Amino acid sequence: MNQSALKEKVIAGLARMLPENALLHVDEDLRPYECDGLSAYRQLPLCVALPDTVEQVQAIVRFCAQLGVPIVPRGAGTGLSGGALPNAEGVLLSLAKLNKIIGIDPDNRCARVQPGVRNLAISEAAAPHGLYYAPDPSSQIACSIGGNIAENSGGVHCLKYGLTVHNILGLQIITADGELLNIGGTAFDSPGYDLLAMLTGSEGLLGIVVEATVRLLPRPQRAQVVLAAFDDVSRAGDAVAAVIGAGIIPGGLEMMDRLAIRAAEDFVHAGYPLDAAAILLCELDGTNEEVSEYILKVRDIMVRCGATEVRTAKDEKERALFWKGRKSAFPAVGRLAPDYYCMDGTIPRQRLAEVLATIDELSQQYQLPVANVFHAGDGNLHPLILYDANRPGELEKAEELGGAILELCVRVGGTITGEHGVGMEKINQMCVQFGSAELTQFHALKAAFDPQGILNPGKAVPTLHRCAEYGAMHVHRNQLPFPELERF
Amino acid sequence: MADNDLTQDLQDQVKAAYESGTALAIVGGGTKQTWLGEYAGQAIHTAGHRGIVSYAPTELVITARAGAPLAEIHAALAEHDQTLAFEPPSYGSATTLGGVIACNHSGPRRPFAGAARDFVLGVRMINGTGEVLRFGGEVMKNVAGYDISRAMAGSFGTLGIMLDVSLKVLPRPPAQVTVAREQRAADAVQLMNRWAGESYPISAAAYDGERVLIRLEGAESAVRAAQKQLGGENVSDATVLWQSLGNQSHGFFSGSGALWRISVPPATLPLALPGKWLYDWCGGLRWYRGDARADEIRAAATTAGGHAICYRGCAGASRFQPLHPLMLQLHKRIKAAFDPKNIFNRGLMYQEL
Repeated sequence: MNQSALKEKVIAGLARMLPENALLHVDEDLRPYECDGLSAYRQLPLCVALPDTVEQVQAIVRFCAQLGVPIVPRGAGTGLSGGALPNAEGVLLSLAKLNKIIGIDPDNRCARVQPGVRNLAISEAAAPHGLYYAPDPSSQIACSIGGNIAENSGGVHCLKYGLTVHNILGLQIITADGELLNIGGTAFDSPGYDLLAMLTGSEGLLGIVVEATVRLLPRPQRAQVVLAAFDDVSRAGDAVAAVIGAGIIPGGLEMMDRLAIRAAEDFVHAGYPLDAAAILLCELDGTNEEVSEYILKVRDIMVRCGATEVRTAKDEKERALFWKGRKSAFPAVGRLAPDYYCMDGTIPRQRLAEVLATIDELSQQYQLPVANVFHAGDGNLHPLILYDANRPGELEKAEELGGAILELCVRVGGTITGEHGVGMEKINQMCVQFGSAELTQFHALKAAFDPQGILNPGKAVPTLHRCAEYGAMHVHRNQLPFPELERF
Repeated sequence: MADNDLTQDLQDQVKAAYESGTALAIVGGGTKQTWLGEYAGQAIHTAGHRGIVSYAPTELVITARAGAPLAEIHAALAEHDQTLAFEPPSYGSATTLGGVIACNHSGPRRPFAGAARDFVLGVRMINGTGEVLRFGGEVMKNVAGYDISRAMAGSFGTLGIMLDVSLKVLPRPPAQVTVAREQRAADAVQLMNRWAGESYPISAAAYDGERVLIRLEGAESAVRAAQKQLGGENVSDATVLWQSLGNQSHGFFSGSGALWRISVPPATLPLALPGKWLYDWCGGLRWYRGDARADEIRAAATTAGGHAICYRGCAGASRFQPLHPLMLQLHKRIKAAFDPKNIFNRGLMYQEL
């Protein structure tokens, strides 16, 4: 079947199972779906399906499975690794209309939600019960829980409260052959293999989440934040280790380097010290008594580790302001250059100073500035590479620098992605992170869930063939990665 | 016994078994055999593959070989005032780290801190074709590839032999106290879950048939303040008490007769099965000793949204709750993806795996 005949057949078939306005196939309607939060990669899908019931999702998957048509699931489209990049021969399956909070169960401290529910909406719905949903990716006002599950999203509270995988109790999925499968539930465990672990972070390759039961936690009585400035990043790194060594697990522990501090200060006037090489934001949460006890300890530790300045937010307003600077770091850095490219590696914290020094060298070598914001508690580093896409070759240079930074993360014992996922973006670096035996095992697991390979094909796990080619690419450094992709 | 890296030896044994299609029964410390009973295959011993590979206290990560005795891990962590927060139950000095993870065994702290699987950061393992594979790593946040290391927890060795496991560790809470309060079962369930939904520093909540037992842990000042608010009587031998709930050495478990472990949503009202009950995990884990038939027990658990595992006196019933046919099919394909000739722990979880 040629492309247009296939398209006709798919559209006719899907139109029969979907309500009006729930199927898009004209180019101008498809345009908003051509990319997710990683806009450097764009592709129009065959069509976009917007089901509003689980039965419709099931019917779509069954239909696509029969024809062998690829399906790319999409949540809110805020992902940063191109995980929801459409497939030219496939259906883009938006779960955005499945957006109901089915129920809050305060006694069992959980919520049943559809995948299109926004992350923050869960906490808002749980708030009257004194409960909240802990993982808080920076996009939480927009990103959906289904996307969070697909990417195993994190946020600034991971060290203490875990990632998405630690906060999901149950899932209802549609399998690659269109069966409805219940996994886990409201109990603390379930019989059989830990399919919740396999599915969370599987980037839509193993199944399509149509409902989730998430864990809710009691909101801490109090939160308090300490801001500490350092004239040297390695001292700031030592302070992080000292806090943890003292037996304190902060709710949030964030670091920003000089460039990030300046950008954030210019943007929101949080009162950050501009002469600092690094600042730490250390938030303690828990009972009143515990926060009071630990805040003094943390202040002491910061001073002992050579902080040039230590401030405790004097009230809730100042606490919010300290955080505003950090939370605005990405857009703030974005004002320094026409474009920026956000990286997402994780490193063992003790290698921080060395990693930042090497990033600095790379930044000079590629002549592109890099600002660093760091989830210091859990080792998740977000270098932001500044560039100008209008200058010929600069995007490619930024991507190459990004790749070099990720490979540096692997070299020091870390990983190429802490919370954004592999998607399309880091597929080549997977070849650096894993050997062929591991990749083969990943493909075997994928085949167990999706023998036909119709769910989000080509993402997350590279073929061995691709890795072989990527290996060769390293020899010729000037060669552009992803030559088949359009560039903007 | 000294630290020892038996990777090569274990890999050779698996390769040979793969070639000949010989079933292998993985044996660690052997402390759970009374529960797991006999399973098919030629024994392959992992207890000799032991030692702590690396431990960085301020990184909150320990990596140890699967045969490392749990006690050795505890001792190393205690030197730095750290702990395995999922409170793994020990069934004797021979209990190994690999055994704990393979069974995903977690103690009383589970509802508040997470299960064993929540602390797994990475594994090195041998799959069913004899290949040594590494998944995850030694960092807290890692979403590269499917989360196979975490899924090894609770797979009972049916997907592969774990060689090394990296775990997140946490500081040991500086203060703890356990308080008790007499309650009827239904009120106990309600009380435990009400308190768990408030911001008390609770790290365990159980009901022994007469008393609700609440453990408070954290900063000294926080524990004292909460103790005052919750009231109740102080329990003096609390450390032993919580251990005995975790490893089933509590008086409740002694004697013969059937013993079932029922997992349900924690706030579930008492199940209508005649017999004796002990609740842990805020009511989410219920130990049952009584004469109800296996199918009645499983039906009650399923209706409540949970499942039941038989620990002893199963009278022909399967140990684990049977899987839905679709789920079983998927399990068989997953098993085959790791262990195509079905050599590891054949039939240990389910006859078909």
